[in-house]
Amino acid sequence: MFVILVIHLVLGIGIIGAGRLLGRMAFLVAAVAPLVTVAWALTQTGAVLDGEPVSESYTWVAGLDLNIDLRFDAFSLVMVTLVSGIGLLICLYSLGYFTSDEPGLARLAGVLTLFAGAMLGVVFADHLIALFIFWELTSVTSYLLIGNDDKNPRARAAALQAIFITGAGGLVLLAGLIMIGQTAGTYQISALLADPPSGTVVNVALILVLIGAFTKSAQAPFSSWLPAAMVAPTPVSAYLHSATMVKAGVYLVARLAPVFAMQGNWRLVVLSVGAITMVIGGLRALRQNDLKLLLAYGTVSQLGFMMLLFGAGEYHIAEAGVVLILAHAAFKAALFMVVGIVDHGTGTRDIRSLHGFDKSWRPVQIVALISAASMAGIPPLFGFVGKEKALDGYLEHGDFVGTTVLLVAIVVASMLTFAYSARFVLGMFGVFGSPDRDVISRSAQTPSASFLAPAGLLAVATVVFGLAPGLLNRLVEAATVALYPGSHPKALHLWAGFNEALLLSAVVIAGGVVLTLLRTQVALAQRRGSEAIRFLPTADQSVLGILRAISATARRVTATVQNGSLPIYIAIILLTLTMVPLTGFARDLDEFPQFIETPAHAAFVALIIAAALGASIVRHRIAAALMLGAVGYSMAGLYVTQGAPDLALTQFSIETLSTVLFVLVLRFLPRSWRHHAPAIAAPMRIAVSAAVGVAIFVFALSASGARSQVSGPQMSDVMVENSLPKGKGHNVVNVILVDFRGWDTLGEVTVLLVAAAGAVSLARAGRRRNDTEAPVFEEIVDDEADTSQTSAVSR
Amino acid sequence: MTDSTRDEPDVQRADPRMLILDTSIKVLFPSILVLAVYFLFAGHNRPGGGFVGGLMVGAALALRYVSGGAEAVRTTFRLPAHVLLGTGLFIAAATAFVPLLFGESILEHGDIEFDLPVFHHVKVTSALPFDVGVAIVVIGLILMAFAAFGDERSDQPGAEDDGSDNQRAKLWVRR
Repeated sequence: MFVILVIHLVLGIGIIGAGRLLGRMAFLVAAVAPLVTVAWALTQTGAVLDGEPVSESYTWVAGLDLNIDLRFDAFSLVMVTLVSGIGLLICLYSLGYFTSDEPGLARLAGVLTLFAGAMLGVVFADHLIALFIFWELTSVTSYLLIGNDDKNPRARAAALQAIFITGAGGLVLLAGLIMIGQTAGTYQISALLADPPSGTVVNVALILVLIGAFTKSAQAPFSSWLPAAMVAPTPVSAYLHSATMVKAGVYLVARLAPVFAMQGNWRLVVLSVGAITMVIGGLRALRQNDLKLLLAYGTVSQLGFMMLLFGAGEYHIAEAGVVLILAHAAFKAALFMVVGIVDHGTGTRDIRSLHGFDKSWRPVQIVALISAASMAGIPPLFGFVGKEKALDGYLEHGDFVGTTVLLVAIVVASMLTFAYSARFVLGMFGVFGSPDRDVISRSAQTPSASFLAPAGLLAVATVVFGLAPGLLNRLVEAATVALYPGSHPKALHLWAGFNEALLLSAVVIAGGVVLTLLRTQVALAQRRGSEAIRFLPTADQSVLGILRAISATARRVTATVQNGSLPIYIAIILLTLTMVPLTGFARDLDEFPQFIETPAHAAFVALIIAAALGASIVRHRIAAALMLGAVGYSMAGLYVTQGAPDLALTQFSIETLSTVLFVLVLRFLPRSWRHHAPAIAAPMRIAVSAAVGVAIFVFALSASGARSQVSGPQMSDVMVENSLPKGKGHNVVNVILVDFRGWDTLGEVTVLLVAAAGAVSLARAGRRRNDTEAPVFEEIVDDEADTSQTSAVSR
Repeated sequence: MTDSTRDEPDVQRADPRMLILDTSIKVLFPSILVLAVYFLFAGHNRPGGGFVGGLMVGAALALRYVSGGAEAVRTTFRLPAHVLLGTGLFIAAATAFVPLLFGESILEHGDIEFDLPVFHHVKVTSALPFDVGVAIVVIGLILMAFAAFGDERSDQPGAEDDGSDNQRAKLWVRR
């Protein structure tokens, strides 16, 4: 499994690196990765379906118990079918969708491959932290894919919104995962599920994990990023934002629900959020004129449905979830591909502009019809099998609080699903086309057979698995058992006899037909409804508001903390540096050493004090710099009297040079200080200086005191003794510099280099005035404001 | 103090004291360089070392700057400052890591002893190249500082300041 992830990584980077060389064929190269994955998965299928998961483990950071634990069981197989199976079809579809001169094509294909690898990582991961890292990698690659058209401000804004929401959710998720891992004492998911932790901490952690899952799977109120992400090229939308990435949250909920559904508020949270999302998504989808946005809101609704099925923690219902995941991937990916084909041929996705397709478009319309019918839950298609199973699960096995409410929500949302599926089909057949619009579809180029083939294949699968759901019995059963060990799921049937579920299905279809027939009245009612709640902020406005608030707060904090006054910065740095450790050092002071050993000491110290005072009194900068130089020279003299010629020599040279350099820089400043409005009053400055002086005094005393308190051989003696035999030198100071503490010297030399580069850059920066400034965050936010107005994202 | 010469290039300034300074610097500059080399080589056994050697060269360069301005400093070393910085760091780092190739630990030093005609018995340790690297980095740093701040160009920051405050060249020499 690890090898497969590495293949994705290498291939992805390779494709990006190859750049324009490959052109459209980049997708053919990219198809290798899912092909290998599918082939590998097929070799494992036998064992996995028999309930023997494949495991691999690689130590990553041993000290932190961080492993890359990978596990492949039947539920992972379902997900891999999605990630790599759909991935393969998307690669083939992209060959027809893109032209070779599309900008950023190689990057798109490469990042798509990287995303597939990250998504497989999420599915394979058996370690909470590894799962989190792959999870975030899918967010990052999704960000790059949405914003692939980097010249388009709408794409950039949508990408930013997506990573803002999923990234924030990811952080919440991380907190939850760590709390669970710490409580359980293990981060290995399989071990965790075998012996689940419990308690208040876990209950809180579960809510955090759910918030993470909700953001990723676009649940209310975090769903706004998914419709906005539809600016991405259609293959990306079909792959990431319907078939795979948005199912990561569902996947996590499915993994955890079997043991955690009964704990805390799990069911209340998941089921209410899922139900609300399912209904709101359906309502919104019904209002869209853009086929792609219609599908996006439909995806939001279906994701809510999946949350309802997997979140309940009941294996009969989860089995329906497994079927729905597969069915949804088949019909939704096919529908997205159809939208891409329409967009490609006509240049529009607006149903009001589509009518008058000629006969050559019939196959496309048939694929759309089959897939949309499956989405609506019409027999004998795959989607119907899933919906029947779900209704049956809730009717027969929903033995927890609120089942009836949820059942009503499912039925209502399914009616809406029927209605927006019908809207999609009617749109495809040109029913909404209005005469006053340009009829583009008539001149539309007929799609080639190879362009339609991937969608056609999915439509065939929808029909075959609808007519003979028994083909999938073994996979669905094994996947359910993998989630719920020891369970006995029922077999899949197209026809399960006359029962309540069938009755409800009939009600759904009847309701859907009514909604479709009365679509004008429904649209009117919806418009009235949305006008009635206009005073509420939309999801887009809320996101924007949060972004604005963050940037406003940041600006205020920066203005307070970084007020631009150098004296205040220096005061804060010095006070922190000295006051924090001072308390600790002061405790070690017991006796004062003899301060004056020779008369020369007194003389030099007097010089130092006089020059230092002088430096702070004189009004001319140059004079002050010379005074500071005098302090340094006197220090050098002090070193000489202490028998440290090396130090003295160094100090002497440094003082000379720094004085010259001081003068170099001071030429550019006014000659003297003029305190029009000093940032810090004089008494304050004197207090800070005094505090720093006292602190340094205490440090020096306690440092020399600490040396004599150490038992055993003195460090300095050891160094002097070893200087000749080990360091091959008589000058112990130099031996320390180049040998005993050679690492430090090497580091210091490197710092010198960095400092030199920094000084030169600063000096040059002053000469370069009129450069274009980097974009400010506010501009990006404003970009987004424009987008929210134009992107037809209504309430 | 009035500044009658501020618009002339400094190299040509006719200042009586500059003559003495220039002449002394001509004598001093090579002597200081020799002293710096001595400090560099003697460092392992007597006061001195790479830092001090490099700083000495820097002090000599400062003298050149005083007499001839930034141009004099620039012509002293043909190599650009950043090349010196990189070379120095490379030499020091290479000396540090070479022992690894022989299975020793980092910065482990070896020595060779031999006899030379003038210097008689000579002992060279591998600490010497390390010190040389350090010295070159220090020289590079100083050269870079002169290059960055020593220029007399008028597009420098603060150059358009109020005239009385803008004593541009060698103010400190005449104080």
